[in-house]
Amino acid sequence: MTTPVRERPISPHLMTGGLGSPLLWRWHLTMFTSILHRATGMALYGGAVIVTAWALALGAGPEAYQAFFDLMASPLGRLVLVGLTLSLFYHLANGLRHLFWDAGLGLSVTASFRSGVMAMAFSVVATVVVWAAGLGSGGQ
Amino acid sequence: MVELALPKNSRVQKGRHHPAPAGAKKVKTFRIYRYDPEGTGNPRWDTYEVDVAACGPMVLDVLIHIKNTMDPTLTFRRSCREGVCGSCAMNIGGRNTLACTHGHEEVPGSTCQVSPLPHMPVVKDLVPDLTHFYAQYASIEPWLHTTTPEPQTEWVQSPQDREKLDGLYECILCACCSTSCPSYWWNGDRYLGPATLLHAYRWLVDSRDEATGERLDALEDPFKLYRCHTIMNCAQVCPKGLNPAKAVAEVKKMMAERLV
Repeated sequence: MTTPVRERPISPHLMTGGLGSPLLWRWHLTMFTSILHRATGMALYGGAVIVTAWALALGAGPEAYQAFFDLMASPLGRLVLVGLTLSLFYHLANGLRHLFWDAGLGLSVTASFRSGVMAMAFSVVATVVVWAAGLGSGGQ
Repeated sequence: MVELALPKNSRVQKGRHHPAPAGAKKVKTFRIYRYDPEGTGNPRWDTYEVDVAACGPMVLDVLIHIKNTMDPTLTFRRSCREGVCGSCAMNIGGRNTLACTHGHEEVPGSTCQVSPLPHMPVVKDLVPDLTHFYAQYASIEPWLHTTTPEPQTEWVQSPQDREKLDGLYECILCACCSTSCPSYWWNGDRYLGPATLLHAYRWLVDSRDEATGERLDALEDPFKLYRCHTIMNCAQVCPKGLNPAKAVAEVKKMMAERLV
C-alpha cells in the first residue's frame, strides 16, 4: 500500500467525534455487564476504604464513632451504602459467571445473555432483601 | 490505551446531502461515512436518499446502487456478494457485519448508518487499513507444523478429531469480530484479538499439528491472549455465527491445564 498523503483518521467506535458526540456502537448486554463488573470492582475499593474508616472510628472512641455513624446514616451516606451493597452482589454474581466461563461453560450468545440478566436481577433482589432485613430488624 | 472519543482529525463532521431522484417510489435515507485522503477536511457523514424500490435488499446492493446512480466517488470493498469472502465487512447500524448478507430492513430505525470497521485507520471512505490485522494473523503461523516425516499419502485424522475443527475453520477473516472488541480497540497493537486467537486455537486443537507446546509458549503473554475479558461482542457480531470468545476460553484452559 502506498504511503498516505496525510495521517489516516481512526474510524468511529464508541463515539463518532469528541466526548459527548453521538454514539456509534449499538451496545450488547454482555458489553454492559463487562464494564459494570469493572465499575463495581472499583466501587468496592472505595467500600474497603469506608470499612477501614469504620474500624478506625471504632478504635478512636465513642465521639469519633458517633460522627462516623451519623455520616453513614445521612441520606447521602445511605445512598453510598446501598450502592456498595448493589456493587458487592453484582460483582459476586458476575464473578461466578467469569468462573463458569473460565471452565469453558456458558459461553454461547444466548447463555451469556441469560446469565447477564440473572446476575443483574440477583444483585437488585439481594440488595432489596438485605436492606429490608436490616431496616426491618430495627437497624438504622 | 482507553480512548473513548476520537482524536481531532478523526471526528466525523456533517457532510453533503444527496436528495432522492425524481420519481423515486420508496425512499430511505442512508448516512455513510466518507473520508477523502487527498482532500484536507475531516471525515464526514454524507446522506443519500435512496430509492430502495430500485435496488436489491442488502446493504451492499444499496452501496452499489449509490455508486452506480448517485455518487461514483463512494469507495468500498466487495467481491463475492454472498458472505464467503469477507471483503465487505463494515459497521452497519452500530454493529459489524457483512454488507452483502445484511438487509437494510434489518437495521432498526428509519436511517441506515454505514461506517468502516471500528477503530481502524481509514484508507478511504469505507475501506480500513487491515495491514496490522493480517500481520497478527501471520504471527500465529497458521499452517501445519510437524516434526515426524511426511507420510506417503495424506496426514490422516479421525472423524472425531476432524469435528474439533468445526466452528473454527469456517472463519473468513472478515475482521468483524476483532474490530467489535473494546479490548482490541484499546490494545490492538499488542492484543491479538478474537479472529487471530480463534485461528490460534484452530491449530492448537488440530490432531495433526505437532507444535502445540511452542504455540502455547508464543501466546503466553499478558497482552497477546489475556486481554480478552469475555465482553462477547465477537460472538454476537460474527456473520458466520462462530464463537471466538469460546475459542479464547479454550486456549486459556489449555494454558492452565499444562501447568497442573
